Amino acid sequence: MARITAGVGCSHVPAMGVAMDTGNTQDDYWKPCFAGFEKTREWMKNAKADVVFLVYNDHCTAFDASCIPTFALGCAAEFRPADEGWGPRPVPVVKNHQTMASHVAQSLILDEFDITIMNEMEVDHGLTVPLSVMFGEHGVDDEWPVQVIPLCVNVVQFPPPTGNRCYNLGKAIRRAVESFDEDLNVVIFGTGGMSHQLQYKRAGLINKEWDTDFLNRLTSDPVGLSKMPHVEYLREAGSEGVEMVMWHIMRGALDDDVTEVHRHYHIPASNTAVGHIILENNKD
Amino acid sequence: MGIKKDYEDIPGTYVFDADAGRRGYQLNQFCISLRLQKNRDAFNADEEAYLDQYSMTAEQRQAVLDRDWNGMLALGGNIYYTSKLAANDGINFQGLAGIMTGMGQEKYRKMMLDGGRSPDGNRYQSEWDEKDKD
Ligand SMILES: [Fe+2]
Repeated sequence: MARITAGVGCSHVPAMGVAMDTGNTQDDYWKPCFAGFEKTREWMKNAKADVVFLVYNDHCTAFDASCIPTFALGCAAEFRPADEGWGPRPVPVVKNHQTMASHVAQSLILDEFDITIMNEMEVDHGLTVPLSVMFGEHGVDDEWPVQVIPLCVNVVQFPPPTGNRCYNLGKAIRRAVESFDEDLNVVIFGTGGMSHQLQYKRAGLINKEWDTDFLNRLTSDPVGLSKMPHVEYLREAGSEGVEMVMWHIMRGALDDDVTEVHRHYHIPASNTAVGHIILENNKD
Repeated sequence: MGIKKDYEDIPGTYVFDADAGRRGYQLNQFCISLRLQKNRDAFNADEEAYLDQYSMTAEQRQAVLDRDWNGMLALGGNIYYTSKLAANDGINFQGLAGIMTGMGQEKYRKMMLDGGRSPDGNRYQSEWDEKDKD
């Protein structure tokens, strides 16, 4: 059967993608930001993931305002990097594990999570930046070293799903994966955040203390953390910091007890605090 | 009875909720159309004619023409949409934040390098009102 063995939390700041695409990751501004992902890339190699289940959000790119699904599961064979207004990122097309994706879709719906199924979808920086950061530079003609099942969550139009709903969806995703027959090693990514506000007069808000507490509680108090009300994200972590509800999906899909094997935190990447964590299920 | 909005006392922040989404729909649909080069070309050739395709309010239309970035947010725009118009104008997210905060890009960039805007004194509207009185 397929198994989820580890979870990754990771910011998906668009400027990090730009820095990688233009070869600027070693300049003074970006070096400390990317240094924290060197260990990650080693870990990713050793983890030997077959499939990454990637939880992210679209930023008004593939989805316009005409249709706003709360949870949309990518079931297409492949997903092209979208043009976000300055041309598509020069990174490989993302390939799905399509039979597993449709299995997960069916399993989730019967498990009472009424997700939307996407048979065509382009993906923006929310999905491609975590792949770049975790796997390193890959050009248009390369292939990503894993297959990817995308789960796109609405966190742009308030309200996004609650943290509790996300945490429980993570548990349902785990049940879905474990009922898939093929022997596959699945790593789940929860992306977005950390504290940031992109708009109006309070833009630039960063809350290191809050972010650190969030990272700590992923291991020490995941259930309590998932109950945090939306207003606390907005007030403490900025209007766009509410993206972090997506991390609970990743956390819910793991064992109750996990081991934190890596953490990285850096301010700033453009307008944002970059947070990253790797959590492994305690092996039986 | 509507849903109680417990986030309205956060200062300097427009929460893009479903009500804002309803008000800003045409404005946001216009903005996202600029994702594609052919639409940017058409808009840049004749802004007024291009805007005629969208039944936005007179205030929204004027805010677009004036590049009143905070005004667009007040009228139901969302930053991920308005950033497409900004990108068309050659303004990135950080440049836009410099404008919206009134700080200017250099001062804003320096604030971010110094660790960003502290949440202290920036959580409640009442804290900003106090500051204004001083
Ligand atoms: Fe995001």
